Amino acid sequence: MDDHLWEVLLDAFPRLLGYGLRVTIPLTLLSFTLAIIIAVIVALIQYANIKVLRQICRFYIWVVRGTPLLVQLYLIFYGLPNIGIVLNAFPCAVLVFGINEAAYMAESVRGALESVSKGQVEAGQCVGMNYLQIMWHIVLPQAFRVAFPALSNSMISMTKETSLAATITVMEMFRQAQVINGRVYESLGLYTEVALIYLMFCTILTALQHFGERKLGAYGQTAPAPGFFGRLFGSRKAGGAV
Amino acid sequence: MMLEIKNVHKTFDGKEILKGIDLNVEKGDVVAILGPSGSGKTTFLRCLNFLERADQGTINFDGEQVDLKTARKRQIADIRQKTAFVFQNYNLFQNKTVLQNVTLGLTAARHMNKEEAKQKAIKALEKVGMADRLDSYPSQLPGGQQQRVAIARGLATDPEIIYFDEPTSALDPELIGEVLSVMRQLAEEGMTMLVVTHEMEFARSVSRKILFLEGGKAIETGPTQEFFQNPKTDRAREFVNRILSSREE
Repeated sequence: MDDHLWEVLLDAFPRLLGYGLRVTIPLTLLSFTLAIIIAVIVALIQYANIKVLRQICRFYIWVVRGTPLLVQLYLIFYGLPNIGIVLNAFPCAVLVFGINEAAYMAESVRGALESVSKGQVEAGQCVGMNYLQIMWHIVLPQAFRVAFPALSNSMISMTKETSLAATITVMEMFRQAQVINGRVYESLGLYTEVALIYLMFCTILTALQHFGERKLGAYGQTAPAPGFFGRLFGSRKAGGAV
Repeated sequence: MMLEIKNVHKTFDGKEILKGIDLNVEKGDVVAILGPSGSGKTTFLRCLNFLERADQGTINFDGEQVDLKTARKRQIADIRQKTAFVFQNYNLFQNKTVLQNVTLGLTAARHMNKEEAKQKAIKALEKVGMADRLDSYPSQLPGGQQQRVAIARGLATDPEIIYFDEPTSALDPELIGEVLSVMRQLAEEGMTMLVVTHEMEFARSVSRKILFLEGGKAIETGPTQEFFQNPKTDRAREFVNRILSSREE
């Protein structure tokens, strides 16, 4: 490898990382927060089987999961101005990523809610608890533990998907790599470098997921969760801590 | 009369499961509800606590008349405050310890303070012999112990009556005895109990009254001794003979 390339990559690293920390990560966190709020509401509506709202939720999941994320971004950012709705690039990205990922997460959360046995709900009723008390003390804590691996998965996907925001002019980490490349023409080196930074972010998230699963434990079950490296390189098992 | 149940009807998917069941329960009564599987025993019990909505029927609890079909939230809550329900599959709260399983009905549903609830729960757990496993989770306990905790969860709320829905049917044979002996002890202390069961020996020696169901109808209701020694109907006689002969084999 020649000295010029090294110089370019070393020079680019702090700039890329800076955009990663200042834009990619906040974009991910904001989008994820929005997504989890929508997902929990949508899942609870379906779990409680509220008639008309439930239909609306199914429709929302159907449409969002059935269309590409990139198309959704273009539709909202480039399409809506035609009817007078103009959004800034960053909030637009948060909105689209949030709404998109929420459709997937809602299904994970709904599945987790339904995994809590009906009998426990009945037992709660029989000792005199009302619906909210049963949800709060019994169903939600157990559902959260079941949904946690899937939600972690969503967060990791989302971290990488934020690179699509580059296509709607958000100056995030990947867009910055494109900009630098436009000046120095080192596509292979620069895109490898930016890929490694995404990989680093996702590795940290995977470690956090592992830590979280340990912390959540498994009510009195002693089987240990797979170790961090086991999780990185081992076979994938959905919901391994359940 | 403490509990007067009248004319309970229930239909599932066009199939009539209960065709008008009546039952009177005095304070301190232990009533065993017997009958072949599919006869509606469990559905009957579940209707009494509104786990299923009956299509028709009334229940008179301590002089308070409630319609099983149209009861309002408030009335349902009142009745559930006075009763406890023990399930076939225990249905302990998996995310709570033994102690928390018992206190939750007191702190959350009855707004009792934590310390008082804890004392009460420990007392109930002592009664079923589970006070040494306060911090265990349900998944760490064998079925018999889980069921005893479930009984303590009910007891702690000071119910006037406990409904048991096949409390030993999910247990390994060697674990049945410990649960039955707790129930026997409760009966001796004068607890009012309605027990759906297949344990004939228990029904014969502990219950005071039998309700025999078949095909959704109350075929025979009467004192236990009479039912076993001198059944009035052919159906009941067949049932008793079959049970007795299968035990001798």
